[in-house]
Amino acid sequence: MNQPRKQETHPLDGLLRVDRIPHIWCPGCGIGTAFSASLIAMRESGIDLEKTVMVSGIGCSGRGAGYVNLDSYHTTHGRAIPFATGMKLAKPELNVVVFSGDGDLFAIGGNHFIHAARRNVDLTVVCVNNFNYGMTGGQVAATTPINARTTTTPAGNPDGPFNLPLLAYASGATYVARWTILHTRELMESIQEALLNRGFSFVEILSPCPINYGRRNKESGIASLKIYQDKTIIRNDARPWELEIDFDRGIVLGKFIETERPTCTDRYDSTCRPKELLEGEKTLE
Amino acid sequence: MRPAVLTGEYFMTGDVACAEGALAAGCRFFGGYPITPATEVAEHIAGRLPEVGGTFIQMEDEIAAMASIIGASCAGVKSMTSTSGPGFSLMMENIGLAVCTETPCVVVNVQRAGPSTGLPTQGAQGDMMQARWGSHGHYEIIALAPSSPQEIFYLTVEAFNLSETYRSPVLVMTDEMIGHLSERVVIPEAKKIKTVSRPRPKGSKARFKPFEPGPSGVAPMASAGEGYHIHVTGLTHDQRGYPVMTVETQEAMMAQIMGKIQRNLDDIIRIEEYRLEDAEFVIVSYGVSARTSLAAVDEARELGIKAGLLRLITVWPFPEARIRSLAKRVRGLVTVEINLGQIHLEVERCAAGQAPSLLVGHPGGTIIPPGRVVEALQEFSRGGV
Amino acid sequence: MEFWRVPFDSEEIQVTRGIVHILEDRCKGCGYCIEYCPRDVLAFSSRFNAKGYHPPAVERPDECVNCHYCEIICPEFAIYSVEASPEQAQGSEKG
Repeated sequence: MNQPRKQETHPLDGLLRVDRIPHIWCPGCGIGTAFSASLIAMRESGIDLEKTVMVSGIGCSGRGAGYVNLDSYHTTHGRAIPFATGMKLAKPELNVVVFSGDGDLFAIGGNHFIHAARRNVDLTVVCVNNFNYGMTGGQVAATTPINARTTTTPAGNPDGPFNLPLLAYASGATYVARWTILHTRELMESIQEALLNRGFSFVEILSPCPINYGRRNKESGIASLKIYQDKTIIRNDARPWELEIDFDRGIVLGKFIETERPTCTDRYDSTCRPKELLEGEKTLE
Repeated sequence: MRPAVLTGEYFMTGDVACAEGALAAGCRFFGGYPITPATEVAEHIAGRLPEVGGTFIQMEDEIAAMASIIGASCAGVKSMTSTSGPGFSLMMENIGLAVCTETPCVVVNVQRAGPSTGLPTQGAQGDMMQARWGSHGHYEIIALAPSSPQEIFYLTVEAFNLSETYRSPVLVMTDEMIGHLSERVVIPEAKKIKTVSRPRPKGSKARFKPFEPGPSGVAPMASAGEGYHIHVTGLTHDQRGYPVMTVETQEAMMAQIMGKIQRNLDDIIRIEEYRLEDAEFVIVSYGVSARTSLAAVDEARELGIKAGLLRLITVWPFPEARIRSLAKRVRGLVTVEINLGQIHLEVERCAAGQAPSLLVGHPGGTIIPPGRVVEALQEFSRGGV
Repeated sequence: MEFWRVPFDSEEIQVTRGIVHILEDRCKGCGYCIEYCPRDVLAFSSRFNAKGYHPPAVERPDECVNCHYCEIICPEFAIYSVEASPEQAQGSEKG
């Protein structure tokens, strides 16, 4: 510790709060990779980073907002999306990125997710899915595979997980993709597309949780990556209802939906701020 | 197209006056959810906000509504929501977020009888302690209680001004009686309405610390997208906004969040006194109950009882000093409120036995008629307490 | 590089070479870069970093083709590669 070390900087240090690195994520945790991919995507996309904001909820993934050297907001559990909605509607020129976890976004935050997707609020939602509630020690989540062991399902999970891309698609998301942290290049490109897609964009990222989910399911970080290598197939033409989480059958990855429709702000402006109202004497009541 | 300040004389309900007060104060974002008897605030402002360049959204629940107004405020836009008891309960966690992140915003609670679904269309004042302590943890909060539609207009403007000055959520605790009462409301010219905005950062962006207090004792607030690269979190944080999980940081953060309000009680606490100079019995009341108690003061005086009224316009922070000094010289204090003793607890606490205190309360659903207050004063003055 | 048939442009085309940089004190020893480097450039070192983890060491620097995979898979911002200049690359050409 007393030996002077060469001061090295990493290419992404400009986007990081380096005074807080190393971060708190466990060895082998995929959140770091997903976060890194998001930063690279933000940089490569060409969007104005000064107007780019990261909003997160509570959980391990939610800590991401604390490490990015941009305006960032670490909000309450499950409420990153409505916070982001308020922020985006109040100041539409902001690029609002929600970076959070599966528990935060889809259990407690599930209602907010589907409504923001329905409205097509122009947000980019990056969801790190590690199949459990990591930060609190590995409890079952809405995304935990059936029969998996967690601290609150010691006999195995009796329930099945959400099919997140289907949920996103059914709610109205205009960009839906699923990757793993192993498929890093596709992931980076996908997040970039999601950032540039106008409307509610959703990227699900499967990630190891070696300490909490992994230990209880006999899955080291490397073992998880091996599963991502062997048990996944990329099928961009898959339909959302074919994307069940079933590791025995195989997980389908890809970019499934990429479309465009008027955003929440577009329609608010055209419906609620009509020209006759703004130019004429007409009032709304 | 109508302007933000609708100067003129109107016959207007409290809910609508509240919405107009918000617009006059500069509110340009409202994230709401319908709930009796506050729905009309949202309905009215939904039509008005687009006219003044603002944005309205009805969110999927009150939790989302509260989260959305904090997000909008962090983007630099003055924001508000309105609700009643059940929604107020849902908003509590995020009110705590606004307190901890020092985000200005206004929450209007048009109170109705509770608990739970209660009497949705009938007013009460049963959320007053919840207003003070509803979110978990210890914190200070500012809550105002208007007594008329005209006053709702002014106090909503004041709520915004206080929330911007002190970077804190401010609660407007009204009730269904005032919210649904139609009365004369005069909206003055825009230039006569003083509005305040949050302190803004000056100087180097690179060295800016989002929670470092400025000369006023409140930290200047940078908005999202201005290049300050701030981090805002509900975790206990230091002046850089970084979460630091130590006892020392907790002590420092709490001292700052609470101190900015505790050091400025003179500015924040507003009270109104009626016939208090020689009063032997003081009614302590607020909102609609203060209004009905005015008649009780006059009636009691007719009967020879030297009654007076201390009307709390600011209910939180509670005007402890005024109660303590009154308790030293009066023969009795009477709290009149439509609940079974909430502000009464504060009055009793501050009176500290120096003067006896009595509650004239009601579980909710109706006003407390002046006659009941007069009876209590009579009993008090006969020594039967 | 071994050819079974020498391409006509083998003198002009240069395979990109890379130099790996490791910020050892950020490493948490997960092993992903080592496991997934397509050229087996890295291996666990026997050194301990400040936190007690074994950071990777560049075992076969001449094999690195600057694919950046270690850089993008690393969860810790602890490793990256830069393109070696033609002179540096020349030195590592095996023919």
